[in-house]
Amino acid sequence: MNMENLTLEGSAKTPTVSFDSENGVLELKGRSIPENSIEFYKPLNDWIDAYAASPKPNTIVDVKLEYFNTSSSKCILDLFKQLEKLNAGNTEVKVNWYFEEDDEDMEEAGEDYQAIIDLPFKMIEVEEI
Amino acid sequence: MDNKVFDIYKQLEEKNVLLSFKGMITSELLTTILQIMESKMDHIDEKPKVKKKVFNILVECLQNLYHHIDQEDFVHVPTEDKSALLMIAKANSEYVITTGNYMKTSDVEPLKGKLDLVNSMDKAELKAYYKQVLSEGSLSSKGTAGLGMIDIARKSGEKLDYNFMPINEITTFFSLAVKIAE
Repeated sequence: MNMENLTLEGSAKTPTVSFDSENGVLELKGRSIPENSIEFYKPLNDWIDAYAASPKPNTIVDVKLEYFNTSSSKCILDLFKQLEKLNAGNTEVKVNWYFEEDDEDMEEAGEDYQAIIDLPFKMIEVEEI
Repeated sequence: MDNKVFDIYKQLEEKNVLLSFKGMITSELLTTILQIMESKMDHIDEKPKVKKKVFNILVECLQNLYHHIDQEDFVHVPTEDKSALLMIAKANSEYVITTGNYMKTSDVEPLKGKLDLVNSMDKAELKAYYKQVLSEGSLSSKGTAGLGMIDIARKSGEKLDYNFMPINEITTFFSLAVKIAE
């Protein structure tokens, strides 16, 4: 079954989303600071549910966030929990957590998720996201 | 016309206020304030690290205002709804974000308890508490995670300075000042 990719353009308060089922690459990029993040993340959760039916052998999750608020932090955790379940099935999930040089807060945020979620995290420091 | 406008100007000037706003808090306003602060910090070539901290804390402070202003029951204020105060000042190398808003007096105790708890914690305790609330808590229908004050304290690295001023039995004015040092 071929499923559609999920592509959303970023806005002042929401990230660019590019979930590619053909290559098994899920990318979140930019800023995630909506007042209520539930509405924004719902289609992302739904897409992962659909992807879970026939995932690629390897699934790469690229998180390239410049800013995210506490409302989003919970939704991002739920997304990781979904991927954690997926990882126990027939795909191997890897998370790449990007942060900008000197952004200790974003680095720590990645470490917080790493401590809560049972998925391999790779912390990647870049000059600019 | 008297000198009151000049007095307000002078006060803002003396406190090195970069931006101040009093009025209704809407989603569009938050976007605008964040854009203004970002361009102001870009303009003065603020260090990326400081810029990020100020931006992050400002987001949480503004969204606290957006979600938690409560003044429907307040009888002395005419129907101007959801009005709050925001001030961002920078003196020397320290930013101070100040907010003020009405809230229900019955909600003061739980909020004060949370602020005191957060203020009693060091960096490592705040990190552990944040992780605990993140993994055990759930989002309200408004999309709030109960993490705002913890996150503000963590990123600020300073104690949260707050005040509750009772207006009457049902309404209290809450003010919060968050420092962001380099």
